[in-house]
Order: sequence, then C-alpha cells, then structure tokens
Amino acid sequence: MADQVLDTKGLNCPLPILKAKKALKELPTGGTLEIHATDPGSVKDFEAFCRTTGNELMESKMDGSTYVFLIKHTN
Amino acid sequence: MSAEANAKSMSIIVTKGTLDWAYPPFILATTAAAMGLEVTMFFTFYGLTLLKKDLNLKISTLGNPAMEMPMMGMHMALPNIVSALPGVDGLATGMMKNLIKKKGVASIEELRDMALEADVNMIACQMTMDLFEYKREDMIEGPSIGGAASWVEVATKSDINLYI
Repeated sequence: MADQVLDTKGLNCPLPILKAKKALKELPTGGTLEIHATDPGSVKDFEAFCRTTGNELMESKMDGSTYVFLIKHTN
Repeated sequence: MSAEANAKSMSIIVTKGTLDWAYPPFILATTAAAMGLEVTMFFTFYGLTLLKKDLNLKISTLGNPAMEMPMMGMHMALPNIVSALPGVDGLATGMMKNLIKKKGVASIEELRDMALEADVNMIACQMTMDLFEYKREDMIEGPSIGGAASWVEVATKSDINLYI
C-alpha cells in the first residue's frame, strides 16, 4: 500500500504531473505515491517525468479504465 | 529559483494572448518546473496580456482554417467570411471554454498560479508596457519588468529556448 494516493481521474495534461509533483514534495524521501489517472497520455508522461526527476516509477498498470502509477520519492 | 546548481533550464518568449495560444507556454513552463528545470517566461507584445490581474481571454476563428470544434459527433470549421461576423468570436470562445471544462483541461488562471507557485521567473516587457499603456497595478504580483537584454542573458545560459 502506498503512503499516499492521488486521484487525478478526469484531469488532462499537464495536471496529473503537476499534482503528482506537489504530492511528492510533501512525501519524505523513500515515501511512495499512488496516482490514479484517466489521461492516456499520462503513461508516457510519468515515465518521462520519473526519468528526468530521478524519482522511481515502481509500477505502471491499468485497473479497469484507470491508469495506476506507483512512484517512490527518491529525489 | 531552484537551489540545484546543476538544474537544466528553459526560457520561453510568450508573444500571443489569445485563449488557445496561452496554453502552450503555461503548460510547458509548469511541467518543466515540475520536472526540476529553472524556467523563465518573457512576456512581450500580445503575450503581455496574460499577466493582467483579470484575464478575459478569447479565441478567434478568423484566419485559422485549421481550427475545428467537435460538435454533435462531427467537427465544425468556419469560413473566414462567417468568422468575421459580429458575435462569432464570442460564440467560439464560449464553445472553447465549455470544452476546456468538460475535458478536465486546466484554466489559464490555474496554470499561471501553479507557475508562480513553482517559482517560474516571469519578465514583463517594458517596451510593450509603454507601447500599449499597461499599468503595473493592472498586472499580477510576481513578474519583474525588463527588456530584451534581460531575456538574452537568461537565454545564453538556458538549455532550451522557445519562442511561442
């Protein structure tokens, strides 16, 4: 179970990324954030976000019609 | 500005002030800031209107034949002669604002607030302020006022420079 869950369902680019960044900032290093999204573009975007920021994308999957991402705050 | 000395950086010259053209610079600026870049936005000419306290942004279909609005399962584009009629811009703006809400797209006000919150460095063009007689008190708090040299200095040190 993630330390925090962020619901960005219904939101479009770039809001899921911006809200995730805000939530990550509140988490201690090593903390995990689970993000729920419906924006299909968020799959590629969270990969790029994590590669660029150095945070770890631990999981990226679909749950029904929702995209679920698990990010570990490492940076 | 970010304290990270090795952070990448991006500058954007913002030259357009219609509702549609306001999106690319604010989306890129907020996203880059979220990804750890130091971002500077230089607002000049019609872009300067995006720094006003009260935004009343509009779109125009005039001279924009590629603009298609989804409507009843189809797409609607307007010939210039129709776009020029009184009220058409207002109608198109209303349709766009409805779409923005319906599709979960952020408002420009929201993106601008997020950019300020993320310490995006904003510079308002002094010459444009003079030219269009904008008053500092009509603009939001935050942006500094500068000229071309201010942008050039930032641009020479930036990894990415965009003109929108």
